[in-house]
Amino acid sequence: MATEYTFPDSAAKTAAAAPAPEKMTISMGPSHPSTHGVLRLQLELDGEIVTAADPVVGYLHRGDEKIAENMTYNQFVPYTDRLDYLAPLANNVAYAIAVERLAKLEMPPRCQAIRVLICELARISSHLMGLGAFGIDVGAWTVFLYTFTEREKLYRLFEELTGARFTTSYTRIGGLARDVPDGWLGRVGAFCDQFLPRLEETLALLTRNRIFLDRTAGIGVIAREDAIAYGLTGPNLRGSGVPLDLRKDRPYCGYEQYEFDVPVGTRGDCYDRYLCRGEEMRQSVRIIRQVLKNFPGGDWYARDARKIFAPPKDKILTSMEELIQNFMLVTEGPQLPPGEVYFEAENPKGALGFYVVSRGGGVPWRLKIRSPSFCNLSILPKVCVGAMLADIVSLLGSLDFVMGECDR
Amino acid sequence: MVSANTELAYNSKIEGDVVVSRLDAVINWIRANSMWPMPMGLACCAIELMAVAAARFDIARFGAEVMRFSPRQADCMIVAGTVTYKMAPQVRRIYDQMPSPKWVIAMGACASTGGMYRSYAVLQGVDRIVPVDVYVSGCPPRPEALLDALIKLQTKVSREPAARQLFRA
Amino acid sequence: MTATPDAAALIQERFPQVAGRPSGDWPAFNVPADQVLAVLRTLRDEGGFDVLTDITAIDAGPGSSPRFTTIWHLFSTAGHTYVRLAAACAADAQPAMPSATGLWPAANWHEREAYDMFGITFAGHPDLRRILMWDGYPYFPLRKDFPLAGLETELPDPDVAAETAAKVRAAPLMGGPFVAAPGTTLDEAEPRAGDQSWTERTEKPR
Repeated sequence: MATEYTFPDSAAKTAAAAPAPEKMTISMGPSHPSTHGVLRLQLELDGEIVTAADPVVGYLHRGDEKIAENMTYNQFVPYTDRLDYLAPLANNVAYAIAVERLAKLEMPPRCQAIRVLICELARISSHLMGLGAFGIDVGAWTVFLYTFTEREKLYRLFEELTGARFTTSYTRIGGLARDVPDGWLGRVGAFCDQFLPRLEETLALLTRNRIFLDRTAGIGVIAREDAIAYGLTGPNLRGSGVPLDLRKDRPYCGYEQYEFDVPVGTRGDCYDRYLCRGEEMRQSVRIIRQVLKNFPGGDWYARDARKIFAPPKDKILTSMEELIQNFMLVTEGPQLPPGEVYFEAENPKGALGFYVVSRGGGVPWRLKIRSPSFCNLSILPKVCVGAMLADIVSLLGSLDFVMGECDR
Repeated sequence: MVSANTELAYNSKIEGDVVVSRLDAVINWIRANSMWPMPMGLACCAIELMAVAAARFDIARFGAEVMRFSPRQADCMIVAGTVTYKMAPQVRRIYDQMPSPKWVIAMGACASTGGMYRSYAVLQGVDRIVPVDVYVSGCPPRPEALLDALIKLQTKVSREPAARQLFRA
Repeated sequence: MTATPDAAALIQERFPQVAGRPSGDWPAFNVPADQVLAVLRTLRDEGGFDVLTDITAIDAGPGSSPRFTTIWHLFSTAGHTYVRLAAACAADAQPAMPSATGLWPAANWHEREAYDMFGITFAGHPDLRRILMWDGYPYFPLRKDFPLAGLETELPDPDVAAETAAKVRAAPLMGGPFVAAPGTTLDEAEPRAGDQSWTERTEKPR
């Protein structure tokens, strides 16, 4: 005798019988493995679908801008490290260039070349971390371990150059903390040579991976107009099809001498942003190789900026005038003229801007940090609506933000 | 790790299949060597915490590889990063949700004392809101420093009067 | 739309009463508060400045009038240039400014931050609440009369505050930031740190 099986009613029939589904509000974060730091997302869920999202930021607001009003320009450099703490050297460079614009200082070629070099190494480091975190979020633990191995090699390079693994505090107003050590450039070249095959190996784990594609292709689409209207910058903007890269369009620090391509996406989904970051790493290696090939000699600081950059140490310890100069610089800070400037650099996360308002002296009157992660996150209330909860995780990973920068 | 710990000595000819030891020693040995951290990764120190969990420094050697983000399943909360006043109640809530025995490692200058952020928004040390067992200095501490802190915590745990606490109501 | 938008020419033509503002780099303009939205709209629609990069404010200090100046930075994706607009807020005690959220959704969070840090209310903002500090925080931190160390207040969560007896306390600055305010020199050539840590009495929680 055949048993007849009955199956549950279809969802529509059940819904007609049951009352309207109640929405649930859950708080994703601030302590959550996938929120990349202390981001809190208040999500209103209808089952699995998000109907509203309200990001709550500020859990890492440390008061950097108020601190800047109470520090000399050089004393503030360690605080810039901790903004985007995945690429501290890039923040250092952006801040130094902004303040140097106020002082109307042009850096000599060697200083600029070193700055470009460290910015691109920082870009590789940041994208590797973004890739690793993105991989972990969507379930690829191996990618995280591979990228962190490469990052450890970068850390060794940074440590040799600056003394710290990350949180480098390497730039000063008017130059750098020290020149590159002997043999460091050769080691950077060796790193790049061994890095490219490893990068391909790591990306190969994800790029044609069925599971990764399912989780990222077509997910979290940001339209071109939205990306511009919400002030997105960096790979998030380029993934949506806007070919804006400040290194090419508003070159600074000698970037105009180097040839490189800027990857631009087409669909604006998580997958495009992932591909943009992967390609940017290859282009960074291309830039580094060009810098190494024509590395200029000469000064690594602005030699004639008497009231801004400290004289050489041996002079300070032996000559009276340099001693006094150093004393004034340390106690009162680099003396800058009154005025205001705004400078944006193409950081790995987007366009990091510094708006420096000076009333003269060594301490800024107001320092506003325009944070790319802050602006990138502002699009979340729009993009999260209609996505499923698991897609939110992919979206957050692909936006690649850092709360230290967002909250300052 | 081989140690000349006579409390754990075992002679199969005498004891057969029975190990005789002090309860304290066994409980502390288990707790110390399988310390599951709850990473309260707030800022830059979280990146060094991830580096400790990654392949080069490998916290798995010490039994602490299982980073449990659910406080109910964790032993030790590693506060890595700056604790702001906005975040402080959440840190305390999560600490309260951890079942005892629980320990706290304050990793980095910001978690220990507020670090270089002497400002209106930063809690000047996470020990103002949770009791801390080990402080790690550094900004950020090197991964080796965090591993050293973990070893210090293991030493501290191995000295605790575990049996007495277990049988207390 | 021209390839390199000329903000200065456009503004001179449309808004002749808008004055230039001394700037270290990009063209900058001082705009009266009631014309700000019109100028922003013109720059966006006809000037080609399609990106709102930043909104912030400057506090000139409690003695000055006008005290708060709101600053907008716009960027043009076609011409790759910036323009800066500055408008003084009318009232010094409770500064207010029209909101640009109707022109760019990006203004939403920037204006919330300016409100949070300075207390400038933006008329027409859909959801003006604090963004970096918690909702019940009673002060505006970036105002010049607010000290860097902060002022004592309650923790955001009353349950935790009751459980741990912790409060938002002023940070120990050991005698204050040892820098000269802009335009002055240091009073002492070698300032000494105040011995604050030894005198601090705090109960550690259980």
